[in-house]
Amino acid sequence: MQFSGGKRKKLRLTGDQRTVSYPHSLQFYLEPPSESISLIEFESLAIDRVKLLKTVENLGVSYVKGTEPYRSKLENEIRKLKFSFRENLEDEYEPRRKDHISHFILRLAYCQSEDLRRWFIQQEMDLLRFRFSILPKDKIQNFLKDSHLHFEAIPFADALDLFRGRKVYLEGGFAYVPLRDIVAIVLNEFRAKLSKALALTARSLPAVQSDERLQPLLNHLSHSYTGQDYSTQKNAGKISLDQIDSLSTKSFPPCMRQLHKALRDNHHLRHGGRMQYGLFLKGIGLTLEQALQFWKQEFIRGKMDPDKFDKGYSYNIRHSFGKEGKRTDYTPFSCLKIILTNPPSQGDYHGCPFRHSDPELLKQKLQSYKISPGGIHQILDLVKGSHYQVACQKYFEMIHNVDDCGFSLSHPNQFFFESQRILSGNKDIRKESIQPETPQPKPSVQKAKDASSALACLNSSLEMDMEGLEDYFSE
Amino acid sequence: METFDPAELPELLKLYYRRLFPYAQYYRWLNYGGVIKNYFQHREFSFTLKDDIYIRYQSFNNQSDLEKEMQKMNPYKIDIGAVYSHRPNQHNTVKLGAFQAQEKELVFDIDMTDYDDVRRCCSSADICSKCWTLMTMAIRIIDRALKEDFGFKHRLWVYSGRRGIHCWVCDESVRKLSSAVRSGIVEYLSLVKGGQDVKKKVHLSEKIHPFVSKSINIIKKYFEEYALVDQDILENKESWDKILALVPETIHEKLQQNFQKCHSSLQRWEYLKQGINCQDNTKNDKCGPWLEWEIMLQYCFPRLDINVSKGINHLLKSPFSVHPKTGRISVPIDLQKVDQFDPFTVPTISSICHELDAISINDEGREGNEAESDIKHRTRDYKKTSLAPYIKVFEQFLEKLDKSRKGELLKKSDLQKDF
Repeated sequence: MQFSGGKRKKLRLTGDQRTVSYPHSLQFYLEPPSESISLIEFESLAIDRVKLLKTVENLGVSYVKGTEPYRSKLENEIRKLKFSFRENLEDEYEPRRKDHISHFILRLAYCQSEDLRRWFIQQEMDLLRFRFSILPKDKIQNFLKDSHLHFEAIPFADALDLFRGRKVYLEGGFAYVPLRDIVAIVLNEFRAKLSKALALTARSLPAVQSDERLQPLLNHLSHSYTGQDYSTQKNAGKISLDQIDSLSTKSFPPCMRQLHKALRDNHHLRHGGRMQYGLFLKGIGLTLEQALQFWKQEFIRGKMDPDKFDKGYSYNIRHSFGKEGKRTDYTPFSCLKIILTNPPSQGDYHGCPFRHSDPELLKQKLQSYKISPGGIHQILDLVKGSHYQVACQKYFEMIHNVDDCGFSLSHPNQFFFESQRILSGNKDIRKESIQPETPQPKPSVQKAKDASSALACLNSSLEMDMEGLEDYFSE
Repeated sequence: METFDPAELPELLKLYYRRLFPYAQYYRWLNYGGVIKNYFQHREFSFTLKDDIYIRYQSFNNQSDLEKEMQKMNPYKIDIGAVYSHRPNQHNTVKLGAFQAQEKELVFDIDMTDYDDVRRCCSSADICSKCWTLMTMAIRIIDRALKEDFGFKHRLWVYSGRRGIHCWVCDESVRKLSSAVRSGIVEYLSLVKGGQDVKKKVHLSEKIHPFVSKSINIIKKYFEEYALVDQDILENKESWDKILALVPETIHEKLQQNFQKCHSSLQRWEYLKQGINCQDNTKNDKCGPWLEWEIMLQYCFPRLDINVSKGINHLLKSPFSVHPKTGRISVPIDLQKVDQFDPFTVPTISSICHELDAISINDEGREGNEAESDIKHRTRDYKKTSLAPYIKVFEQFLEKLDKSRKGELLKKSDLQKDF
């Protein structure tokens, strides 16, 4: 893709669409697109693909990959966003082109850090795996042939994991791989290639970023859409320490509410709790000075020596704000991170209550939070099905007394932000020029509380985030 | 044949290394055409000397250097190791961590003691003609797989001198294989799993891989004579109880009754097959011969020692080395005549030295420069002993290697030619 450098130029709007051919409904994205496109299209393609990848991520958490609900929901989303799907669509050119170009745009946005790269590769792989799984057999052969991947015969030394367990047929030193195993090999190849490509892209990024039209766009893409990481201190200083107690019951997600209570009760938290809660507080706007004061006050109540606090704990707090050591500004933990890593043990209060609490204890806790028995029942059902984040959304809906939370929960700070929005009367107004693709959630309608409505929420929340992008779009 | 007396080894070895050991062919092998610089010079050998003195990291400049050293040290045993990054005899001068094993042939060691749980005639270091068939089957099964499945062309099978066989796979690409791939190959070739505490050691999946079915077909050719006649595995209650331990209890009683009625293992095997191929024993509710095959495999399928094969730096007894306990020479096995190979007819060092003496007496008339005649003698000496046919097998193996190498070089030079 060529970007003419230099100052703000009017972009050529001519597209040379028909010279590129897309013989298959899926692709390995080996060749970058070579046409010119408008900034408008650049932006909308990118956003659509981010939406798609976010859906892939959320569905992967809520459902077992490959099962019916997963497949049909993902299919819906792909169709809705008009990406290439199966080969029986009448005009496959546009969706495939969209798929191709949007992938390469996102490479620019997601190559910049290890975390971003990992996320991008994971979702792209899951997407590819899904597309592979719906491809009819004969189409697979054609696709592989055209991709110059040889699966008739692999030298045995390259297929170690397949031949050692006699899972493939060996002859003359070559392994002959059955079709189903090919997917695994293909995906591995894809991952390796994409990983390398992203590393290369990162290296040439400075050239791209020097293009003033693109740089803010790309930055915004990666920050806004991997579900914000809430690391930018936009709200710094907007919270005062004496608000925290009341905020904890009104706007904190259960995980942080529980941590806050444990801290107040015990005047202490262990490391895991300090990390999870401390970073959350930073995300909602506590400054370093406030944080130091907050923790010190509480720990001293626990009869800790102030000097000991200064020597031991204050360093860690400053470290997490990026003021010590390697000066990384640590980002608040996302839901997935809390759910999947560092489970709590005896004496810990961190983790995700929906994931890590015994159902009985969870029930009691929800009762103490005055959640209705019906709501508790629904929540426990969701927990049983491992839909922890959806359960938390349900909690949100119950304590804010809304039918539909209006977002797809992926981050504790998002919970806080959304809660504050509702409580402050939804002051952020949406710009008229952006028409939402889905209708506004109607409070009076009882909707099924499952992932499909979460998806609808996802779209509308991303619509909200597009606000900021408007500023960068000024040609 | 002269009986072998270990006490005579020092003298016998002296003669062997001076007059009989095939240095030229040996060097021709390990030098691999001299295509890679220092390949021979970086090869590790280890010697076991008299009184069990063991020295590693021996290496030699060329054939004549090898000869001189062997004649000087008179090793009881010679092992071959890997080709290293530096001359092994200088490894102490190399910077720590820089001295690395780089290449080696892929080797297999099949030892009769690993079959003690399934052979009734012998145990431990003993072998006899009744159990030697296990080695014959092993060679057939493993060699077929190495050749047909993996495409390996240069495979040298050697009698170890006492109770087992070795295989040296010498293809150029194979010598470069990593430890992980070597392990994978052994895994591919393994079916018998479990030690003393495991009764049933073979478990087949419903879908039979071609390697397994081809191996079973080989075993079928030998099973009746080997297992039912020679080993007589269903001879009496004590022996057939071991096999009943591998089949479901529900059919034990019936089988015991039927066995009592029979007079031979052959007959009992028929009843056994009837009993297990259906009824109470099925693989995933399907009738079939899996259990029958599993028993055959447990009694006949080769058992490999993975540790010998996976390590690139592993040292293995050299072909044409002498076995200090039996006196037998580690000789190549002619694959064309595997079924006829008899370990008890393999020449011992005493027998061939004796043969040599007999020849020398006849040649007494010859005079001339001693060194010259020594060499002349040697080139004809082994030919007149029982060692000759085995060296011929070795030479055929070397011919094939040479041909293959020439073919590769031609291909490479063709590709490099400018047109």
